[in-house]
Formats: sequence, C-alpha cells, structure tokens
Amino acid sequence: MLLYTLLAGLLFGLYFSLIGLGLNLVFGVMRIVNLAHGDFLMLGAFLAFWLFTLFAINPISAILIVFASFAVVGLPLYYLLVPRLLKARDPEMLSFILFFGLSQVIEAVTTIAFGTSERSIPGGQLGIVIAAVKGFFTGHKVDNGPIDIFGQTFPAAWVASGVVSGLAVLFVYLYLYRTRLGYLTRAVMVNREEAVATGINVHRVSAFAFGIGLGLAAVAGVFAPFMLGSITPAMGVEVTVTSFTVIVIGSLGNPLGTVLGGLIYGISYMFMQSYYSSWANLLPYVLLIAILLVRPSGLLGRQVRRA
Amino acid sequence: MPRIIRHVLLILVPVVGAFAILPSIYSNHLLLFNFMIFIMLAQGVNVIYGFTGYLPFGYVGFFGAGAYGFSLMVIHLQAPPLLALPVGAGAAVALGLLLTPLFRLSGAYFSIANLAAALAVLQVVSNPNLENITKGPYGISLSGVFNPTLAYATALAVLAATLGLVVYLRNSRFGMALQAIREDPISASMAGINVVRERIIAWLLSALIAGLAGGVFAWYVSVFYPETVFSGEFTIFAIVFALFGGNATVTGPILGVVILYGLYNAVGISTPQYFQLIYGALIMGLVLFLPNGLVSLLRRWGLNVP
Repeated sequence: MLLYTLLAGLLFGLYFSLIGLGLNLVFGVMRIVNLAHGDFLMLGAFLAFWLFTLFAINPISAILIVFASFAVVGLPLYYLLVPRLLKARDPEMLSFILFFGLSQVIEAVTTIAFGTSERSIPGGQLGIVIAAVKGFFTGHKVDNGPIDIFGQTFPAAWVASGVVSGLAVLFVYLYLYRTRLGYLTRAVMVNREEAVATGINVHRVSAFAFGIGLGLAAVAGVFAPFMLGSITPAMGVEVTVTSFTVIVIGSLGNPLGTVLGGLIYGISYMFMQSYYSSWANLLPYVLLIAILLVRPSGLLGRQVRRA
Repeated sequence: MPRIIRHVLLILVPVVGAFAILPSIYSNHLLLFNFMIFIMLAQGVNVIYGFTGYLPFGYVGFFGAGAYGFSLMVIHLQAPPLLALPVGAGAAVALGLLLTPLFRLSGAYFSIANLAAALAVLQVVSNPNLENITKGPYGISLSGVFNPTLAYATALAVLAATLGLVVYLRNSRFGMALQAIREDPISASMAGINVVRERIIAWLLSALIAGLAGGVFAWYVSVFYPETVFSGEFTIFAIVFALFGGNATVTGPILGVVILYGLYNAVGISTPQYFQLIYGALIMGLVLFLPNGLVSLLRRWGLNVP
C-alpha cells in the first residue's frame, strides 16, 4: 500500500509537473499570469479527442500535432495581447483579468461548438503504445494491459502519462539550457530591462516562450482524459488552480522548480487519497497557502521581496 | 458646500432612493435585490483593489462566510436575523483577520493565495463530515426567518453604509493614504503613513462589506447551497464591474454594475454561453483599451467624475 501510493504519487507528480510547466514558463518570462492555462489544456484534450475519434490517431502520436498547432497559435496570440498589456500601469494584476476574459471566451466558444457533454478516450489506447515499445525492445509480443513496477500494478495510461511528462520536462530543460534561444529566454527571466538594453529581441523570445507554454498545456491536455477524468468545456478553471498550486510550491517563475512542486503535490495528493480521502480536496489549497506563507518565493525560489 | 456632502447628496441619496422606490413600480424584487448585492460587492472590491491595489481573487470567501455566519446563528441559536447579521459579518471580518498574513505576499502571489483561501473555506463548509454543524453539501434552509420585505430594507441600509464608506474614502486623508500605498508603499511609509495598519483596516472594511452582503443575501434567498454563496462568479463579477466602471471612484463601480449586470440580465439568462462569450470579449477589450474604466473615458472628455 505504501509503495503503491508512493509510486502512483510519482507518476501523478510527473504529470502535474507537465500541467504546471507551461504556466510557469509564461510567468517566468513575461511576469504575467495566464489564467486561461487550464482552458488551453482543455482545448488540447479536445483536439486529441477529435484526432482519435475522426482519424483514429493514437493519443501518443497526436502529441506532436497538438504541440505544434498550439505553439503556432501561441505566437500571433502573444503579439495580439501581451505587448499592449505590458504597457499598462500594473500588467501583472491586469493580466489576471485579461486572461480571465480569454478563458471565458474559450469556454464559451467550446461550449457553443461541442456542448456540455463529457467525453473520453479509451485508456487502452496508451497501453497499446507501451506494449508495442516493450515488444520492440524485448523482441517478443507483449500483452496490452496493466504494467508492473516493483511488484505494484498500475494502469498503462498512468505510466505512459508519467513517461511523456518526464520527456516534456527534459525537452524544456534542453530548450532552456542547450539552445541559443533558451539562453536568451533565461536572460529575459533574470532581468527584463537589462535584456532589452543588451539588444535582445525580448518580444521574439517571449513569443516563443508563450507558444511553448501553450503547447505544453495542450500536451498535458492529451492525457487529461486518463489522469483527470472525462473532458468538458468547463474543466479549465479547476486545472488552472491545480497548476498554480504546483508552480507556487516549486517556485513561481522557475520552470524546473515546477518538477519539484509537481512531485510534492502528486505524492501528497496520493497519500491523502489513500489514507484520508474525505479531506483530500482541501489539500491543494492548504498546501498552497502554507507554502506561500513560509516561503513566498517557493521552495526553490531566490529570496526576492519588495516592500 | 464641502465635497463630501455634495457626493452624498448627488450619489448616495439618489442611488439608495432609487432602490427604495423601485420595488413599488417594478415587480421583480429579486433582480433589484441582486443589483444591490453587486453594488455592495463591487464597492467592497473597490475599497481593497481600487484604493489599496490588492486584487482579492477570493473575495467571495467573505461573502460566503457572512452567509454561513448568519445562517448558523439562525439555525443553531435561533437568533433573530437582525442580530445574526452582524455576527455573520463578524465571521467575515474574523476570516479577514485570519488572512492578514497574506499581506506578506505581493502582487499575483497575494491574489492566488486569497483564491486558495476562499476555496479552502468552501471545502471545509461543504465537507460531509461536518454535516451536523454546517449541513455539509446539502445546503441551508432558513424558512423560519423568511421575510423578504425586511431583508430588502436591511440590504438598503447596508448599501447606504457601503456607499457612505466609499464617499468617505474618496474624500478623506485615509482614502488618500490608501491610494498612496497603492502607488508606492515605500514612499508612502516615508511620508509617514503606517502602511501595515492602514491596509489591514481597508482589508477588514472590505471583508465587512462582503460579510454584511452575504448575510443579508442568505436572509433574502433563505435556501442555498455552499456552491451558491462561494461561487467564484461573485468575485469575478464584482472585480469586473468595479474595473469596468473605474476603480477608486464612487460612481465607477455603480455604473459598472448597472450597465454590465443589466446586460447580463438581458442576454445572460436565456443564452448563457453567448453571454459568456460577449462578457469575456468585453473584459479583454476593456483591459487592452480602457484599463482605467469607463470613468477614465469621461475624464478624457474633461468631466470631473467623483
């Protein structure tokens, strides 16, 4: 039971990291709060759902399509919204309200287009991929079904989501620390004014970060039917709060801190579910407030406090 | 005539008077009542966000605390509503006191923590384990004290008090001090303002308004669920109304409620998703093109807006 809870917590923790990652990247680079984050996740889930239903594209193969389409949408959306917002007197606060408006628009359009019924993708679809990968490496045919880790059995969908989330984190790490654009992105994160003064095209860097952020949210959406339950147009708000909890625990504005936040969140969530389930829903909020009060800049954040 | 009296005569008296007279010519009293509630809430947000600059994203927590404080007094102690109301508001203020450590946070951190706090209170109140105390998720029924006429009159009094407070803030050293804190806390404290004390007072006043509004709302509707009085929509509506009209003014939030809540009732009830679309687009346009609200538009035309 203990080992099972711990491992399940790790898998969910990786997934929660993926949920928060895009939001944190956007906040870190632009210092704006994307309150529509959960809605982009929802849109990603719907895209994966339709790709599967209409073209029978397996969710795993859909990841690249989903990521690319949202990253491409993110670039113009950035230029449409953010530069204007940053000129305002208090962009951080106003971004709350602006992106709340965007979230309302997305939710409304999705409701008008698809209605409010709940949709899902069969969990076996992810198992097929894992079985195929295992079969490829071991050389003999592997059955499609639950997966054993250290003697504990988990649904294949959980394992697939955890693995993909881990890969996505690795991808963001490589982008930030091994590419030139990532190097510039980190410069903007550290100090926007100085980055402008050094001649960095801040808007281009931010637009890419915004696109990647939306793309990551959408990829997390691909796994939402397996990890968060069925998808509806109204699911965004709850996801947004969860992602906030995750990134605040890790530390706001530090994308890799998200992983720590996700793991802590995932493991404590699983423990609450197993041992104290009637109060489990309270956990994210209490954890969020507690961490904010003890370490306002998050567990990995540097101490920067003004006034 | 001093400005403060002019504002009372030109804004407070006509608005309260209108809500006092309208029930006799317009039969949908619930709608009028909701207008009053939203003016209170928008002004409450105005006090803490407009004047002080802290965006309370969990503002509904105080509203819900007021509603539950009121209801629990009535249910468990059989208190008369007019006594239960201040106790309910006291519950909201107590919650505000409990949350004062959040002021150690700034900007977005504060808003997120406040949102989490409101959701945490909702989770506690609606927890089935506490059914004996709060009725859990099954909701509250106050049919014993149901009295819409008296509740409406009480709401009118709360509305007058709220508007009076905002008129006072608009025309006093205290209100000016709050705006100085909003613009630059460090300079404000250099100028001799006790930043910590003043903003906590503003915060508790804001909680008090929402608590009173929540209590009188519980009394008027008399049957409700935890999700009703802790609905995030109250927060959002109040913030958007205040922002739409113009923060740190007396008239702005009133204008915002009358126009936007009026629009909501015209199209929102029959086709909610289209309303949501218009609403979202309106909010976005507002932030991008008119971040200081309708009032700033009037100011640009050279009108002095109180």
